[in-house]
Amino acid sequence: MYLKMITMERTLLDLEPGMQGTLTRLAGNPGFVQKLRTIGIREGKTLTVITRHPLGGPVVIGVDGREVTLGRGMAVRVIVDVTA
Amino acid sequence: MKTVVLMGNPNVGKSGIFSRLTGTRVITSNYPGTTVDVSRGKAHLLDTPAEVIDAPGTYSLTPTNPAEEAAAEIFTQADLIINVVDATNLERNLYLTLEILERGVPVIVALNLWDEAGHQGITIDVAGLERRLGVPVVPTVGLAGQGIRELVERLDEARPSETIQPMNEEERWAAVGRITGEVQTIAHRHHTLRDRFAEASIKPVSGFFIALAVMAATLLAVVAIGEGLISFIFEPLFDLYTPLAMQISEYLGPGILHDILIGHLIDGEIDYEQAMGLLTTGLFVPFAMILPYIVAFYLALSILEDTGYLPRLATLVDTFFHRLGMHGHGIISVFLGLGCNVPGALATRVLETKKQRFIAATLMSISVPCMAQIAMVFGVLGPFGMQYIVMVFATLAIVYIIVGLILSRMVPGECPEIFLEIPPYRVPNLRVTVSKTWMRVRGFVGEAIPYLFLGILLVNLLYTVGFLGWLATTFAPVMEVWLGLPGEATAALLVGFLRKDLAVGMLVPLGMTPVQLVIAVTMLSIYFPCVATFVVLLKELGARGMAAAAGIMVTTALIVGGVLRMVLIGF
Repeated sequence: MYLKMITMERTLLDLEPGMQGTLTRLAGNPGFVQKLRTIGIREGKTLTVITRHPLGGPVVIGVDGREVTLGRGMAVRVIVDVTA
Repeated sequence: MKTVVLMGNPNVGKSGIFSRLTGTRVITSNYPGTTVDVSRGKAHLLDTPAEVIDAPGTYSLTPTNPAEEAAAEIFTQADLIINVVDATNLERNLYLTLEILERGVPVIVALNLWDEAGHQGITIDVAGLERRLGVPVVPTVGLAGQGIRELVERLDEARPSETIQPMNEEERWAAVGRITGEVQTIAHRHHTLRDRFAEASIKPVSGFFIALAVMAATLLAVVAIGEGLISFIFEPLFDLYTPLAMQISEYLGPGILHDILIGHLIDGEIDYEQAMGLLTTGLFVPFAMILPYIVAFYLALSILEDTGYLPRLATLVDTFFHRLGMHGHGIISVFLGLGCNVPGALATRVLETKKQRFIAATLMSISVPCMAQIAMVFGVLGPFGMQYIVMVFATLAIVYIIVGLILSRMVPGECPEIFLEIPPYRVPNLRVTVSKTWMRVRGFVGEAIPYLFLGILLVNLLYTVGFLGWLATTFAPVMEVWLGLPGEATAALLVGFLRKDLAVGMLVPLGMTPVQLVIAVTMLSIYFPCVATFVVLLKELGARGMAAAAGIMVTTALIVGGVLRMVLIGF
């Protein structure tokens, strides 16, 4: 018998500040994917949403003890698994 | 001669190591994208002369902005690469390292920020990393000079890697993950007060208040230091100098030489602000009116840069700057532009698209007066009251926003979103702060003073041959009817192309009302960049871009001048 982990796929933009998720997929053109990966945002990483600025402002996330600011149009292309 | 190139991710301390290797002082800061240009220096490495090149930071050899393009281009010129790696962020940095190693050039790795990695509980097995990469790895602390000697001593061990073979992107990421996992251990670390402040300063509400406090503190510090330097150092120095200047004046007697060197005496006394002689106004304006504020501003800017606050500010203002067709990073060019528009224009290189760079450069040139000009505005308008100074800056801020809103809709092209790494907060290093302030102040003295002298000489000559009189009469209709200014103010606009600070000074003897002065100095800021900025903008924007920007500047100046006249003076 095992406990089934319930996971939900969401975008980084769906995460409230303070929530964590594991990056599963980057949805975008190769240039976008490469740009995020080279700054350390890539598959398997745990991302923490630190804050989300109002009025369509950017999202600040923590990854590997570093903070990165990214626009919402990018955040919505970052697909994460949230372990519930 | 060998060409040694320093390459690495942004903000890993390449410029610090460059300074150590070459003895050349370059600007270092705690935010990504400080080096947008290529610095070259000479060094004796292992008894052979070498050219050392400091490349702009890049995350990969596939560039995404002009600064990174420059880095990728320099890569091809290298005989040897010093790959500077941030030890606190090994995993991310290794991607570029592998890309470089795959190209088969001789490489040595400097594992920089080694001290900070230690503080953060990060341990790296240097020998293990060396074995896996197949090239020498040396731990360094660039700013303190630690490890630099060993780095130089081991330069001849730099070689093409035999362990790293060309691979595709997926394989490269897998290799990065594998190597990092094998050589790095991270001890768990508790949240510190610094972490909590770091978070507060990037959140919308708390961040806003912290930003207000930081800006207010910066402004107060600049004014206090500037005024302090003037009243305690520079004015007393000129009081000592006056008797000498008077003696020179008497010795020369009336004539053209007297006009050029000493200028016009008022009631037999030297008025340093108005005399317009090389040895009077020519010395007083740069040293007693501008230099103190330049010193104060660059001191404050250096501290702001080195703490790592600016990228947080860029995040906070991003939403706003996005409406103006840029993104938060545009604030960096505003800040640097407040010191001098030239570095401000260069800083637009970190923006990704042509549209963003055009808007950032044009807006900065229109609405951001440099510190020399600001100091003169304070000097000229201050005696009439703070409200007039506020009018000038409020107008410029409104113009920045309105022109930005218009340009973001009119200029074709893309407006990508912000994507910015936030560096950790660091306590500014006193030596770095002082040396950086000194470099920038020296830059001001070296570049501004020759132009100021040239400007004053030109004004005297043009006045003597009657050109300025002719200019005043010719442009009087526009100036008087449209802007409500005397025709003679045209001369100031002409000189403004050489030096805006001098141009502001030239308005003083015209005996204008405070409101007219407000209009004139606002116009001076908007209508056109000074020649130094013009040359850089021409290079950055191209001839067509510059022509478009110039059209926007002149149009804006005429509209703003006309509106100000209607609001402040009436018809």
